[in-house]
Amino acid sequence: MNIIALVKQTPDTAQLSASMDGLRLSAEGGPRIVNPWDEYTLETAIQAREEHGGKVTALCLGPPEAADALKTALAMGVDEAILVSDPAMADSDSLTSARILVAAIRKIGRFDLIVGGRAAIDGNTAATAVQVAALLGVPLISYVADIGSLDPEHRTISAVRLLEKARETVTSRLPALITVVKEINEPRYPSLIGIRKAARASIPVWGCNDLELDASTVGAGASGVDWKTELPTTREANVEMIDGGPEDAARTLVDRLMEEKVI
Amino acid sequence: MDFELSEEHQMVERMVYDFARNEILPSIREHDRNGTFPHELLPKMAAQGFMGICLPAKYDGAGMDFISLGLLSEGLEWADSSVRETIAVHLGLHALPIFQWGTEEQKERFLPPLATGENIACFGLTEPGAGSDVAAMTSRARKEGDTYVVSGEKMWITLSDVADRFLVFAKTSQEEGTRGITAFLLERGWEGLTTGTIKGKMGVRASNTGWINMDGVPVPETHRLGEEGEGFKIAMSCLDNARYTVAAGAVGLMKYCLEASVSYARQRRTFGQAIGDHQLVKQLIAQMKQRVDLGELAVRKVGWLKNQGRRNTRETSMAKWYCTESAFATASDAVQVHGAYGYSDEYDVERHLRNSKSAVIYEGTSQIHQLMQADYVFGNRVDRPLRCEMPAYDPDYWQN
Ligand SMILES: Cc1cc2nc3c(=O)[nH]c(=O)nc-3n(C[C@H](O)[C@H](O)[C@H](O)COP(=O)(O)OP(=O)(O)OC[C@H]3O[C@@H](n4cnc5c(N)ncnc54)[C@H](O)[C@@H]3O)c2cc1C
Repeated sequence: MNIIALVKQTPDTAQLSASMDGLRLSAEGGPRIVNPWDEYTLETAIQAREEHGGKVTALCLGPPEAADALKTALAMGVDEAILVSDPAMADSDSLTSARILVAAIRKIGRFDLIVGGRAAIDGNTAATAVQVAALLGVPLISYVADIGSLDPEHRTISAVRLLEKARETVTSRLPALITVVKEINEPRYPSLIGIRKAARASIPVWGCNDLELDASTVGAGASGVDWKTELPTTREANVEMIDGGPEDAARTLVDRLMEEKVI
Repeated sequence: MDFELSEEHQMVERMVYDFARNEILPSIREHDRNGTFPHELLPKMAAQGFMGICLPAKYDGAGMDFISLGLLSEGLEWADSSVRETIAVHLGLHALPIFQWGTEEQKERFLPPLATGENIACFGLTEPGAGSDVAAMTSRARKEGDTYVVSGEKMWITLSDVADRFLVFAKTSQEEGTRGITAFLLERGWEGLTTGTIKGKMGVRASNTGWINMDGVPVPETHRLGEEGEGFKIAMSCLDNARYTVAAGAVGLMKYCLEASVSYARQRRTFGQAIGDHQLVKQLIAQMKQRVDLGELAVRKVGWLKNQGRRNTRETSMAKWYCTESAFATASDAVQVHGAYGYSDEYDVERHLRNSKSAVIYEGTSQIHQLMQADYVFGNRVDRPLRCEMPAYDPDYWQN
């Protein structure tokens, strides 16, 4: 089976700091990690390969630093990793990102299964992988909590979707794209042998030229969505203790509230 | 000079800390409370390749270097000393010595099951009446044909009740001092070998510590490690490995205590401000950081020396002495920063304080290390080349 795992690098939201530019990856921003949902993506892809043979290619669109996420993917056990990166691609919205990823997937060539996470923890649109499926014209099974059966021979997949109040079992032909939720498995840690291999691996970087994309069709300029991040403003609050017995205190409190036009 | 961790080392560090955070921390407090050994961790550690992290791939090891061994020790002890002890003993005091001193036949036979964690191993040097004074040991091995008959009692042995392989030391001759000591590799199930667990330890309560009783255990000659009379040198070279893991582990323990103290000092308020804003608390934090930084430098240098295949007995002793004493001081300061809460097992720092006391006792007490250091300075102690030296780390050899 040829499996493609879509992997994004995101900020570590557990360690967001004020020095970070909202949720964006900035050069001096906080630590970057594999999008937590994509750890399940990778585990799903690697398990499928372990069971059915073949090859897993991890594909990541992001800045050059995102190669780190791919190193983790390699250390976990994917066979190949490709970084799609080009300054022109910066700040692409989800549809533009999907177009870029589709160009990369076409360049990779044959695939039987594409796996993605239910969303990326930064943008949290849960839209990119869906649009990749639509642009490729392959069936999508989203929110997969369990792969009931994967049958490369008969070219079918049957998966259980985790919905808000139900579980739905969907069977589809292959190739297909699935997005997974964390109920699906327990992601492995990179093994030491995997780390050794990953540290030596060189990761090909594909830019607009490699994908035959016109730079004007990617990036912020080509995107319909303009992201603005606003962090909650800090509120100035004062605490005023009112002394005295209950009756006096209540009277003072009412006076103060009226003074402040609260009541 | 390059102080940067390589990409590979950074990945090891991240993975080990993730492992410690997700696999050890959630259950270790309960194991510590109950004095139970976390058996469930062993297969997970083995699956990660920890049990043979720096053994060559040829013997089923993960083929990593000695810096990686240090990072592993650090990350494990960041969570709990007990878990790091398993690596110190299994790998540092048993598998690595076989790699260093064993015949090719012994390496091929004994190392793979150790590297994969199929066998768990321990090291029995200390006896009820012989700790710092190794020469005072009374265990005896009498040769009968091609078999040695070993008798004696080992005490304070980490993993004694968990291990299925035992590296023990016994006297094969009545020669003076340490020259008559020989090393043997025993296996659980052998006639006359029994083990037990010591209860009521102050710390490392999630580690197994106990005794080994040998009552006329027949040991085939093929299970003698090194030559007759070479046991003391072997034991000391074992300590060169394990002391490094102890020192690196102590740095991890200090890092945990520092992180916990900083986060507590930010949130706990007294006299209208965070306690971290009080100068005397700042001083405690600054001193902790000083020990972390200096300890890390000492450990990394030893890792480098080991990778170079350079003799490191003195530097390892220094790192072990400094880091374990610093860890004890740091854990104590961390409890202080936490006030009464630090004195309860609701916070991890009290466990680290109890744990840290063990490491200034085993693998050479702090007093013994001071004597060693002074002896080196005065020229009373000089390291002579060993018959079998630990080779320099060569990725081509280790990974093929
Ligand atoms: C948790 C734990 C795990 C252990 N695991 C193992 C293990 O796996 N394998 C193993 O073989 N052993 C193990 N030990 C034993 C450990 O190595 C010994 O306890 C240590 O070597 C000290 O020996 P001792 O306890 O007999 O103390 P002693 O040697 O009796 O020392 C008592 C005190 O006297 C001091 N002292 C002794 N001699 C001198 C001197 N010449 N000058 C100044 N001061 C001196 C010591 O520093 C110490 O303060 C373990 C111990 C502990 C606590």
